[in-house]
Amino acid sequence: MKAFTALLLRDVQLAFRQGADAAMAVLFSVMVVMLFPFGVGPEPEILAGIAAGLVWVAALLASMLSLDRLFQADYEDGTLDALFMGPLPLFAVALAKVLAHWIATSVPLIVATPLLAILLNMPASGFPSLVLSMALGTPTISLIGGIGAALTLGARRAGVLVALLVLPLVIPVLIFGAAAVEASLTGLSPRPHLLLLGALLLAALPLTPWAMAAALRQALA
Amino acid sequence: MHRFANPARFQRLGRSLLPWTSAIAAVAIAAGLTLGLFASPADYQQGETVRIMYVHVPSAWMAMFVYTTMAVASATALVWKHPVAELVAEAAAPIGAAFTFICLVTGALWGQPMWGTWWVWDARLTSVLVLFFLYLGYIALAHAFDDPSRGAKAASILALVGWVNVPIVKFSVDWWNTLHQPASITRFDAPAIDTAMLVPLLAMAVGFTALFASLLILRVEAAIAARRIRALRLLETRG
Repeated sequence: MKAFTALLLRDVQLAFRQGADAAMAVLFSVMVVMLFPFGVGPEPEILAGIAAGLVWVAALLASMLSLDRLFQADYEDGTLDALFMGPLPLFAVALAKVLAHWIATSVPLIVATPLLAILLNMPASGFPSLVLSMALGTPTISLIGGIGAALTLGARRAGVLVALLVLPLVIPVLIFGAAAVEASLTGLSPRPHLLLLGALLLAALPLTPWAMAAALRQALA
Repeated sequence: MHRFANPARFQRLGRSLLPWTSAIAAVAIAAGLTLGLFASPADYQQGETVRIMYVHVPSAWMAMFVYTTMAVASATALVWKHPVAELVAEAAAPIGAAFTFICLVTGALWGQPMWGTWWVWDARLTSVLVLFFLYLGYIALAHAFDDPSRGAKAASILALVGWVNVPIVKFSVDWWNTLHQPASITRFDAPAIDTAMLVPLLAMAVGFTALFASLLILRVEAAIAARRIRALRLLETRG
């Protein structure tokens, strides 16, 4: 447990000291969201109608942006080999790194989502379920994304490849996340969608580190 | 299982099976097409368009069957370090992608006159599209490394992870109430389809499965030969 926390703290510190990761994810989502009024027209009603899905897609693309770096830096400088030899089991290493990635990129994004929703003219009644669905959904995205990042270690054009592998698998998260916001905007209960998001997270939490460890092991062997 | 880890033995087995699988494929597909296109009745609602079903439904079955085959072969390759299973999974992927593509295209061609649209975002269609992207991702990952055995191992893990989508494709029409009609053949009680339509449909399914087996044997043989050439070239440059 001590080794786990140490690794987690190290990765979070690295991410925030470099400062680029967290700021980049938020800035990227703001820019994606900003492009849509130019693309579909600035009518407030149209923007409010697509706001929930838009914010979710922007968050998804933003976390794709930094995913391929998840294990890459440590793989290149040999830290990953040291961690492989160390006392911490490989699935715990993977889980710590994914958790650090989530804290560094998704948490700032969750804080910024109400701002994005205001830019898109979303009614305030949708804000609580938007933030809640992001809080439940983005860890699942990071966990599934971790598998893609581990599988493409040392591959050619890893960044594009990660998106191709991960995006089909995270579609359920996007569906239920956007549906939760949609439900509370139309006056229905977002509860079933949020429960499904929670179920996806609970299923991904024990299963994905296992797959990541298998992928890392064959990359390091 | 280990009996077939020897590529030479696999090749002998493949060569003796190939004439049979090709013959079954040719006969069953010819019979299925003749019965389906000329002998079977037109549907009372859908008219002649129903005949698209004889290609569409078997290729949908194959799309799921081939991915499951890949997942089983990948598990075998990972657990028992089985070299031929690795080649089988990799050789099956483009065939499965082709079946999935045929399924999507024939579905769109049927959907235009029947539903009035080429495409809707319903659960069955979307999950099959995701299956198609999983095939493409698998193929891309398998070829993304300089060392082919590295790519095969990474792709094996992806095949197992991606298999979660197959039950979603299968049960999507039961879980979500959408435009696509529910299952009418693979039900626990009797199939809800007339024998005159069921017979050509099953003939096509048998034919497609045999076609898949034949193509798979050919592709695995080619992959074994390619590995041999690679090994010989490496020896030559080192020699």
